[in-house]
Amino acid sequence: MKNLFKGLATLVASATLIVGCNNTGSQGNGALSSSAAEKVYVAPGEQDEFYAFLSGGYSGNLTVYGLPSGRMFKEIPVFSQFPTSGYGYSEETKPLLNTSFGFVPWDDLHHPDISQTNGELDGRWVFVNGNNTPRIARIDLSTFETAEIIEVPNCAGNHSSSYVTENTEYVVAGTRFAVPVPQRDMPIKDKKGNFKGALTFYKVNPDSGRMNLAFQVLMPGFDYDKAHPGRGDSHGWFFFTTYNTEEASTLMEVNASQNDKDFIAAVNWQKIEEYVANGGGTKMPTQYMHNVYDEETHTATSTTINEVLTIDPTEVAGAIYFLPTPKSPHGCDVDPTGEYIVGSGKLSADVTVHSFTKMMDAIENEKFSADAYGIPVLDFEAINAGSVKSGGLGPLHTEFDAEGNAYTTFFISSEVVKWKLGTWEVIDRKPTYYSVGHLMIPGGNSRKPFGKYVVAMNKITKDRYLPTGPELEHSAQLYDISGDKMELLSDFPTHGEPHYAAGCPAELLAPKSKKIYKLEENKHEYATLSVADTKVVRNGNEVHVYMAMIRSHFTPDNIEGIKVGDKVYFHITNHEQDFDVPHGFAIIGANNSELLIMPGQTKTLTWEPKKPGVWPFYCTDFCSALHQEMQGYVRVSPRDSNIELSWSLGED
Amino acid sequence: MIIAALLPLCLFLFPLWKITLEAPQYPTPLGMYIHINDFSDANPHDIKNINIMNHYVGMKYIPEAIPEFKIFPAGIIITTILGLVVAFLGNYKWFLYWFILMTVLSIAGLYDFYLWEHDYGHDLDPKAIMKFTNPDGSVMGFQPPLFGSKDILNFTAHSYPQLGAFFLALGMALSMVAYVVGKKARKLVLKS
Repeated sequence: MKNLFKGLATLVASATLIVGCNNTGSQGNGALSSSAAEKVYVAPGEQDEFYAFLSGGYSGNLTVYGLPSGRMFKEIPVFSQFPTSGYGYSEETKPLLNTSFGFVPWDDLHHPDISQTNGELDGRWVFVNGNNTPRIARIDLSTFETAEIIEVPNCAGNHSSSYVTENTEYVVAGTRFAVPVPQRDMPIKDKKGNFKGALTFYKVNPDSGRMNLAFQVLMPGFDYDKAHPGRGDSHGWFFFTTYNTEEASTLMEVNASQNDKDFIAAVNWQKIEEYVANGGGTKMPTQYMHNVYDEETHTATSTTINEVLTIDPTEVAGAIYFLPTPKSPHGCDVDPTGEYIVGSGKLSADVTVHSFTKMMDAIENEKFSADAYGIPVLDFEAINAGSVKSGGLGPLHTEFDAEGNAYTTFFISSEVVKWKLGTWEVIDRKPTYYSVGHLMIPGGNSRKPFGKYVVAMNKITKDRYLPTGPELEHSAQLYDISGDKMELLSDFPTHGEPHYAAGCPAELLAPKSKKIYKLEENKHEYATLSVADTKVVRNGNEVHVYMAMIRSHFTPDNIEGIKVGDKVYFHITNHEQDFDVPHGFAIIGANNSELLIMPGQTKTLTWEPKKPGVWPFYCTDFCSALHQEMQGYVRVSPRDSNIELSWSLGED
Repeated sequence: MIIAALLPLCLFLFPLWKITLEAPQYPTPLGMYIHINDFSDANPHDIKNINIMNHYVGMKYIPEAIPEFKIFPAGIIITTILGLVVAFLGNYKWFLYWFILMTVLSIAGLYDFYLWEHDYGHDLDPKAIMKFTNPDGSVMGFQPPLFGSKDILNFTAHSYPQLGAFFLALGMALSMVAYVVGKKARKLVLKS
């Protein structure tokens, strides 16, 4: 009897437990899904789950955000001078902005792509393209600084760039504006058949990350718009969308929109690599610059290169095919398995998807419908896997999650549409505010997407924030995509004009982020590693000041013997070796910028004093309780004076 | 007793003491290990950063070397040899004498450490950037605690023995054990 009671009691208890669990379970989920605020809230002192690198477009720079909070952590100067740190103004960083057109202190940065190993993000570098004066930059993800910039010869509008292959073998640069190759003076109306569209492949050194121009495929003079690499089975191929296959040269909005279908160019770079290894290709004289920043010397150097290896696409058998794709396709995205190539005809309602398997079959069975300048055009029906009929308008870009779903932005209908790969059915759609361009899922263009959030980056802001006059920052929206339906979580403003972005889990980068530069590893030519070595040296009208800084003084802080007409180089070494103790340097009347010098780093500012007097300099970064005292004077004498150079600290 | 005599040699491998400074701006605290022959950083550049902090209140830089770095190792080697000699001779009474010697030397060492800390915390540069006074008007000192934790301005200073000190203590304890065991054995011998 007792046992029976016990048994009953247990039964009742477990039933209550089960019911209880169910209750808390459903309530918990309900509460979570209803609180968007909770999902984006990162409590004080806690850190975000993902890094997001958003291109700055016409700002020329790359911004670093945290997700899900949408907080901006850093603006990394890349193609634009940045007075905040002295980037592009300091003697050490000026060479990074050298081009064959001279010093170009601005560009239009579009498409960040994080380096990959075996198709997965490895977090070593992020590559970005400069669209206007064609360049590719590599940013080191231990310092979050620009480490290298290489120019793209024979290119104009480096737009289908800077995407990497799945082991970062290559980073690509495709030309958006077809141009004469080599450049020459000729009538614009003779464009058709006479211009080229160069697709350039840079080999990436697997250890240093350094780029070297391996070869350049001189394609027909179409506009090469976007690109993505094959992965998995399609590894070895690269896909580029084209528009203006009409080769129009004026009123392009009409004249480049006449063909019902343009192409996605499928380029087998492995075949070309083999062809080059066997001595293929033609060397062409050209000129481009390669600028490399050395972390130990804290200095960049520029090298001019005068030759490029060009490839005639018709000379390499089986390397290049055109996939007909409707309506001036823009986005060109490859799903995580590498099977589907998604072309978004931006003037269409539908998204066209090609099958890699079918493409290979069509190539093997020569299912060609035509040829364009000797390049086979595959039969559309033979390669088409399907199309997404969403009812949206103006598809642009697609990213993927790990569950076989794709997310496409629609610019005209201003929405993100979620659809299923293979069945092409639309699962969900959510509006964006307004007119979305790119979108980004961390790892969403790799073999391993982290499908928790999607960021939609919009072109139009209008009323989303408090108005700030006619000019507004752009707006991004964050959606939770962990469920069947997307959920809008938050809006946040973005700097410049974000085009593409790249994201990765925080733990991939945070642990290896550098805290300081080691003073003992500083090999800068003008470094002052010990205060005993501080000095001022005159060489004609050039004066070199070897200066050190530490909380809270400069050594030396009194300098005399400088004359009007001198060119004074302040080579300043920050002797701090503690995390987050930069010092700044600014001097009255400097025609460039300030310097922000990280612990262990040396930077150089040039100053050309124009008037006699006693002129102050000071630290611009509030470094300590004695920051306001971190200042000094330079005495400037008339040009013909004979005051000897002298320098001191703490002498009365 | 052999083990007892050898354990203090671990002081050559492990630090004797550690001083840690915590402050809100230092999510990773600053720390300094004291070895019998060296000062070392708990994290890279900590000593340099402690010096930078301390210069505001006029404290001297932590020296690269102090005379103790020569005296302490010599003392440890000599006492270890003495301990080994005593162990081989096997007279348990000498085990006790060795223990007493080690205790006296350890206390002397701690007193020396205290004197150094006192000097370091009180012998301040008269041109110090920031001068603080105690409520009674005397000049405030910045001596870290000999043992334990203490608030000094915005910092909380901790001072605790490390592995080396524990090995030393263990060695000394073992010598006492050896003494007691030796004494009991002796009694047993006498009884039988």
